[in-house]
Amino acid sequence: MPLLRVNNLILHFRGVTALSDVSFEVRRGSLHAVIGPNGAGKTSLLNCISGVYRPQRGSVHFDGADVTKLSPAHRTKMGVARTFQNIALFRGMTVLDNLLIGRHVHQHEGVLSGGIYYGKARAEEIAHREVVEDIIDFLEIQHIRKKVVGTLAYGLQKRVELARALALEPRLLLLDEPMAGMNAEEKEDMARFILDINEDRGTTMIMIEHDMGVVMDVSHRVTVLSFGEKIADGTPEEVQGDPAVQEAYLGQVQG
Amino acid sequence: MRCGDFRESYAEDMSLFESPLPRVLLSGLLLFLLVLPQFATTYWLDVLNRICIAIIGAVGLNVVTGYTGLISLGTAAFLAVGGFATAAMAGKAGLPFVIVIPLSGLLTAMVGLVFGIPSLRLKGLYLAVATLAAHYIVEFTATHWDSMTGGVNGISIPPAQFAGLVLSDDRKMFYLIFPVTVGLLFFTKNLFRTKVGKAFVAIRDQDISAEVMGVNVFRYKLLSFAVSSFIVGVAGSLLAYQARIISPENFPITLAIDYLGMVIIGGLGSILGSIFGAIFITLLPEMLRLGTDALSNQWPALMQLVAPLKAGVFGLVVILFLIFEPDGMAARWNHIKAYWKLYPFSY
Repeated sequence: MPLLRVNNLILHFRGVTALSDVSFEVRRGSLHAVIGPNGAGKTSLLNCISGVYRPQRGSVHFDGADVTKLSPAHRTKMGVARTFQNIALFRGMTVLDNLLIGRHVHQHEGVLSGGIYYGKARAEEIAHREVVEDIIDFLEIQHIRKKVVGTLAYGLQKRVELARALALEPRLLLLDEPMAGMNAEEKEDMARFILDINEDRGTTMIMIEHDMGVVMDVSHRVTVLSFGEKIADGTPEEVQGDPAVQEAYLGQVQG
Repeated sequence: MRCGDFRESYAEDMSLFESPLPRVLLSGLLLFLLVLPQFATTYWLDVLNRICIAIIGAVGLNVVTGYTGLISLGTAAFLAVGGFATAAMAGKAGLPFVIVIPLSGLLTAMVGLVFGIPSLRLKGLYLAVATLAAHYIVEFTATHWDSMTGGVNGISIPPAQFAGLVLSDDRKMFYLIFPVTVGLLFFTKNLFRTKVGKAFVAIRDQDISAEVMGVNVFRYKLLSFAVSSFIVGVAGSLLAYQARIISPENFPITLAIDYLGMVIIGGLGSILGSIFGAIFITLLPEMLRLGTDALSNQWPALMQLVAPLKAGVFGLVVILFLIFEPDGMAARWNHIKAYWKLYPFSY
């Protein structure tokens, strides 16, 4: 059984069609790339999977359960985490606190025990701090853990956002252009982290990315969207050789 | 310059105090404040009590406005709910203060919950207007529900009592108000280093990604309103006990504006800022009066100017803070602290 199955998804905004009849599957443990030209509906697809958008038709099945009508928060509890294209961190909080928000769904303390602090709440905070510190070590952001996120450089913010998503200990991680706006070195770092997360932690991932070099190198399977429709699906090699994909990216061959 | 700043455990790293020194200093300050009433005049005792109550109210408002990012103009209304609840429970039912104060807080929390519901759909200025409506609803109720609130004539409250102990003057009241203040300050400080408080801040900074991180945004917004109005309700209860007579006139909309001024001048999203702001705004008219008293020999006309001066200076100070230190007195305090931490090698 695949971890995620998307069936005949249709999403439109007042006549503008964002997705028309998109279906695909993501296998467990797979690193799945979604590519396509600008405006192809990639982010809309991710928003449907994470629950930010509700599709008009079609369904999303996560781990065998129909989650089409569930709230984003509910899906997060089931193990879906994501990052955003234009970083959506909590800018006024420290890196550490951002990551601890990632532990929110795993924590159980309330207002009273939190306000009293000593005892149960402190023990819980320490337990979750340990989990968070593991992720900080994993992504090599020890030096900025007490920095306020809004003051960090762009590349680091991207990494912190990935760390925050990881803090959820997700089973499915959705990455929306994790390498956008990065230089070559930062991209290499990010690609290494993504591969490590996939291999060491066994996290299934869906990644939207424009850098074809990275997509072809790291992903196991690729789904190609164009104008809201799925035009190809397969291994990187298959997709690369697909005439429909070449047409979508380069235009129709005259003659 | 302080050196050797290292920690060996996460518990140590998460402590409220960076090092033993601030802990000692704070204990000293608390001890000083505990003995202070023995030497203070009645006038200054009254001021001290009002400062403490203002601190509680400002912290309460800061929970919802500074930390959760929901602008509330309902502070005066929530103070009124706490105050009139106390008048009813202490006056009519004759209950002791150990029951009355928390119950007043809880009742205000429930009212706050109801008035927090619009926050599901409304943000920013729109929500502020919705809470403004809350203010007028409470004011109308307080003015017209004569049997419960005494209407425009007001209602008197017996001195706070518990098991034969009667807190009949300001000095005795201080020993009730002060511990409650310190307790609530620690409570909120702790709240914001645990799960619930962090969720509040997350909603303020990025509500969509808070939702995606699994924070139930609506529930936590309501919770924020409830916690905030509980604290403000406690302040209202203490206010009623201290003033001994309250009427709807004690809770005008300008009082809510005063409290907003406190958290803005002090620092939004800062407990320390609430303290600074409350002290500043409470002392402002007192200082103005002392100043005009001293000058009234030369210019007797000044005496009539105290009230407009207060409003003018208040407005000026808020504007100056917004321009020069939008993060409030707490941020300034942190700059000074950072400077001395590295003194004399500031680079």
